[in-house]
Amino acid sequence: MGEEIEPRIIEGALSLPYRWATGPVGARFLEGLKNKKILGTRCPKCRRVLVPARKFCPRCFVDTDEWVEVGDKGILRTFTIINFSFVGQVRKPPYIVGIIELDGADVGFTHFIGGVDLTDIEKAARELRPGMRVQAVWREERKGDILDIEYFKPVRE
Amino acid sequence: MRKVAIVGVGQTRCGRRDDVSFPELVHEAVKEALEDARLDIKDIEAFITGSMPAPMSGINAPHLYWADAVGAYRKPIIRVATCGTTGGSIAHTGYYHVASGLFDVVMVVGAEKMYEGDPQGVMTTIWDYRYERPFLAGAPGVFAMQAMEYIHRYNFTLEEVAEAAALLSVKHHLAALDNPYAHIKQEITVEDVLRSRIVAYPIRLLDICPISDGACAVILASEDKARKITDTPVWIKGLGYCGDEQLLADKDLVWWLSAVKAAQKAYKMAGIENPVKQIDVAEVYNPFTYQELTFYECFGFCSRGEAVKLVKEGFFNKDGQLPTDPSGGVLCTNPIGATGLQRIAEAALQVMGRAGKRQIPAVETAFAHAMGGSYSLNSVFILSRSK
Repeated sequence: MGEEIEPRIIEGALSLPYRWATGPVGARFLEGLKNKKILGTRCPKCRRVLVPARKFCPRCFVDTDEWVEVGDKGILRTFTIINFSFVGQVRKPPYIVGIIELDGADVGFTHFIGGVDLTDIEKAARELRPGMRVQAVWREERKGDILDIEYFKPVRE
Repeated sequence: MRKVAIVGVGQTRCGRRDDVSFPELVHEAVKEALEDARLDIKDIEAFITGSMPAPMSGINAPHLYWADAVGAYRKPIIRVATCGTTGGSIAHTGYYHVASGLFDVVMVVGAEKMYEGDPQGVMTTIWDYRYERPFLAGAPGVFAMQAMEYIHRYNFTLEEVAEAAALLSVKHHLAALDNPYAHIKQEITVEDVLRSRIVAYPIRLLDICPISDGACAVILASEDKARKITDTPVWIKGLGYCGDEQLLADKDLVWWLSAVKAAQKAYKMAGIENPVKQIDVAEVYNPFTYQELTFYECFGFCSRGEAVKLVKEGFFNKDGQLPTDPSGGVLCTNPIGATGLQRIAEAALQVMGRAGKRQIPAVETAFAHAMGGSYSLNSVFILSRSK
């Protein structure tokens, strides 16, 4: 098709605003965080306490009918140390993310793990182990957001 | 339900494909598949297309963007997008089209152009904006948590699991050298893997798939048509698909319910009671080495907690009891929307006996898998030389 021309790259971007409805259950959970309370809901069928609070149980497909305050301490089920960057990242790497089994809850809770020196990632990882106790570190100024908890820190009890 | 066969496959060279536009990339795979089946575009009655969530390529209805490239003028075209499982989901959808009797010849097309956007940024927008998004870092962050849980559950040391993971990486990188479509072609050692940069602890750079541009197309046909089109139809003998709960922390990350159930369903349909004995080669969707260990267990290739030992014994090597990913797998090539379909295409080539240097001898039955979301979805196909 005639002379060869190098393919070009056209640069562009998408940035779209949204406004997301929390629903009443979500609103009450987030309001709880403002007051340093982690709220779950109990499924009437399997009796599990689900955190964050749900309107319905994913397994039993029935509406939850009871609010339960769970502990802000729990057991670290698993973790990872994030050491790469991407668009929209909330924290500057390296940082730790874990799944916590909060006292009184029957499902895991995903959040940041902190209070660990991250200068050496492998050394930091050795300070953490699945099964250890962790506790929420609350922000002074809370606005009803999952990040009202700054992170969970390892505790000795 | 009617029998359905794979009668042609087409794959593009994968990697950074700045040389072509996204539709042109798709077009390459479509033409390859038509040539492979010796069919004309007029023989294709319907198209099932799929890729990752549309922001991956920044064009929000990719099936419209691809319409001309697949040849869908005045024909049905559907988009199915289920994250990493997409390649499996579009093949399922294609199967339903033909098995139902509504169509005789259908083309399934999966593709991705990951170098055009920020894949980890896009994947992070998949998670729940209220409770998960700040924490779940792309795919590596999500799947690294599984590695630590696996180590803890079976009382392994990190070192023994890391070594098995590294052995898998070495094996797949070596295999990819034999695959003309593969992206990463690099011979590596266990030491290289264990010394590579930590991306999401304990996962290192060489434990992780690349991002790739690439496309794959597969043509499915009814029994009557398949017999006319080819002497080597590959029969879809069984298929299974299963989902799980929404939130990551609700799920069992080691004994994946959706992987277990998808495999069981496919095995039942295909009459497979002993996977290791009855499956000759498996194309497992393996973007992360540690994760691959859990899949082997969920698919019944070994018992729970046994994968580490078997990997070290060479059980899954090319000359082992159950060879996995002779293509080099997802670990070396990962245009996500195409990746699951590449597993099916590669498994089909193995059954046809046309897999070139990556061919496993005398393949009668092959396994092809796809996974998507945060431990959310799994798809399994059993392909066979016999109906």
